Amino acid sequence: MQQIINFIIRNKTFLFFLLLFSISILFTIQSHSYHKSKFINSANFLTGGVYNSLNSISEYFNLKYQNDLLVEENNRLKSLLYNSESQIDSVFTDSIKNVLYKFTAANIIRNTYTSTDNILLINKGEKDSIQQDFGVITNLGIVGIIDHTSKNYATTISVLNTTSKISAQLKKSNHFGTLTWNGKDPALAQLIDIPKIAPVIKGDTIVTSGRSSIFPEGIPVGTVDNFKLDLAENYYEIDVKLFNDMTNLEHVYIIENVDAKEINNLINEN
Amino acid sequence: MNSAFYTNSLRFIILVMVQVLICNHINFLGYINPYPYILFIALYPIKNNRMTLMFLSFLIGLTIDLFQDSGGIHAAASVFIAYARPLALKNAFGTLYEYQTIKFENVDYSSKIMYITLLTIAHHVILFSLEIFSATKIILILQKALFSSIFTILLCIISLIIFGKKTK
Repeated sequence: MQQIINFIIRNKTFLFFLLLFSISILFTIQSHSYHKSKFINSANFLTGGVYNSLNSISEYFNLKYQNDLLVEENNRLKSLLYNSESQIDSVFTDSIKNVLYKFTAANIIRNTYTSTDNILLINKGEKDSIQQDFGVITNLGIVGIIDHTSKNYATTISVLNTTSKISAQLKKSNHFGTLTWNGKDPALAQLIDIPKIAPVIKGDTIVTSGRSSIFPEGIPVGTVDNFKLDLAENYYEIDVKLFNDMTNLEHVYIIENVDAKEINNLINEN
Repeated sequence: MNSAFYTNSLRFIILVMVQVLICNHINFLGYINPYPYILFIALYPIKNNRMTLMFLSFLIGLTIDLFQDSGGIHAAASVFIAYARPLALKNAFGTLYEYQTIKFENVDYSSKIMYITLLTIAHHVILFSLEIFSATKIILILQKALFSSIFTILLCIISLIIFGKKTK
């Protein structure tokens, strides 16, 4: 017993090092598995507050560009609204029953795209009823999926994250696969598991498939930049040029699927 | 509480702020960022307790991780160089270290550069190995570590030259 205590006292620096080092490694391993980094995330009072005040300064530098984007989007929506064939009579539509997706506008207050597991911070949280697994998009295309939420902030797993897996398909032909990222170019994501039989041509549009309960069907993702067969030569591996410039994001929309709980319960039962 | 305590607390806060608010957004050539917060570990008084240094390094790493959503990679790399610091000191300063008489202001620049380089490279290799976390991407790890190291070393040396006199 005496010897054990002596050993501990003699090597206390090394043991302390081992302890701290293994705690860090534990956090690291947790952060590399999807939805598991419980303790260390930036959706908290301190880091959220710092990034929020930084963003309130830096957003002015981008103001003109972001305004142009919003005007462009308004323009597109207006032309859709006034050119639509079927006039919707607002008196007779039941606005409660038919809502499938709820949208919340938010701002990205921290954007990263240089590491292999990029995480974004947005300025809406539980107070605005944002929860895990809500989708995040811009008017151009998808951005990511909500991971952690605090009272005022939420972290988002970006499309540019090696753990991110989003179901996507070819717009013209319903062949679907998984959208991943190889950690290299922030403009290119990878669509894998598209069957060899699918007619893929450079320039084809990729959209979300609506097979998960997160994104509705048909949200734009990007265009086919390059494609090749994978090692087993049964599936295509497609480089997708994203519509979004992931290095310059400001205004985003958070999508809540109202039926997500019901769908997930049903899936988990089987 | 003496002046060294205040100097180090101030250095801790300033370096974290500089790292989080400025250095993480540089993205030189797309992905190269410097990590000058390791100056805190490099400049921590040598005579003080090693356990305290290791704990403070863990804390500064974890704070950066908190801001970066990166799990524990900065904490792990910082704790490692805090533990390995005596080795770097011995290599860079030689006998000066063995007599415990180093004052960072007084030693010549060549050994200072040597010391910072050793710590930076050790830190960055661990940092990027844990960040990328895949043995198949070893080229990417080494490439990122090398380029970021050059940037970090330059920035550390420049800030040592600029702020060196005042902290005496």
